[in-house]
Amino acid sequence: MSRTITVGISDLNIAQAPDVLVTYALGSCVGICLYDVNIKLAGLAHIMLPSASQAPSSANQPYKFADTAIELLIRKMEAAGGRRVLFKAKIAGGAQMFSGLSNSSIANIGQRNTQAVKMELMRQRIPIIAEDTGKDYGRTLYLTAEDGLMRIKSASKGEWVW
Amino acid sequence: MKNLDDLNDLQLDVLREIGNIGSGNAASALSTMLDRPVDISVPKVMILDYNEVTDSLGGPEELLVGLLLSLSGDVTGMIMFLLHKDFAHMMINTLTGMELENFGNLDEFSSSAIREVGNIMAASYVNAIASLTGLDINISPPDLCVDMVGAILSVPAIYFANIGDKIIFIQDEFDKKEDDKTSSHILMIPEMDSLAKIMTNLGLEL
Repeated sequence: MSRTITVGISDLNIAQAPDVLVTYALGSCVGICLYDVNIKLAGLAHIMLPSASQAPSSANQPYKFADTAIELLIRKMEAAGGRRVLFKAKIAGGAQMFSGLSNSSIANIGQRNTQAVKMELMRQRIPIIAEDTGKDYGRTLYLTAEDGLMRIKSASKGEWVW
Repeated sequence: MKNLDDLNDLQLDVLREIGNIGSGNAASALSTMLDRPVDISVPKVMILDYNEVTDSLGGPEELLVGLLLSLSGDVTGMIMFLLHKDFAHMMINTLTGMELENFGNLDEFSSSAIREVGNIMAASYVNAIASLTGLDINISPPDLCVDMVGAILSVPAIYFANIGDKIIFIQDEFDKKEDDKTSSHILMIPEMDSLAKIMTNLGLEL
């Protein structure tokens, strides 16, 4: 029996085959999947903002940010026996949900989140082998630890697999 | 007052009352437009972690119509309307006489009708608070999105995640049905500084 492990907003977790990780309704947030094919170990983070360095101390929960969350996810996977050199990444989300948003602090936040995720993965030397980002709709993301496949489900555009 | 958890019972009561007055006005504006009564529940003030936000509104994948307006002036923050499909359909049908076939792809006419309703409701909500507190509050034009509620709410969540680890909602349900599944919501999401201003102007000690 495989278990389904839910990853919330600004949260992360890992799973080993045959379990499945899921994060619901990514909007402008980005979901980062890491996978070690050797031991069938999967990790998933759901980030809200690009970087912890710009955040006030009242709001610095590390799972919230692209840079700190990716770092912590890598460490958690390594602690579970994963080898960083084998990690491959798939990312999804970063949509622009509202088109005419006048509020400058969150305009283009989906795009900025996606960029920050790519920067951090590049810094960590983890290749991105699939990307489903941008556009204007929400995505639910399933990551299967058995094969590392990322399944995306949308409200009105159907579902597909990466 | 630095943390939302520091709010005392009296302050929470005041926020509930603000929700009551604001959404009462918004509901009566809506009721006039639709020419039918619109029920509204007793408002809730919720201080939540981001994870808990969507659960409180019926699960992250629920398909809803979201209208988002930014507040500026003396009070900053956001007002959001989350409309259940049935309610949005009834609204469009009443206002334009059209049937809505595809929620995922709203036509321009229907979406501007929904926007206009949002505009009028938000103005009624905000005007009530403004005249109660003597504060100057402006609203932006409404922005519309039909999608999973979790994805819609990621936008205000991200905005407030910049400021703190929790989010405060003054929430009202309207057009609530017995099965509790098809209600629509008004969310008033003030920033911390604005909460303090509202309290002070109402003569409350902080």
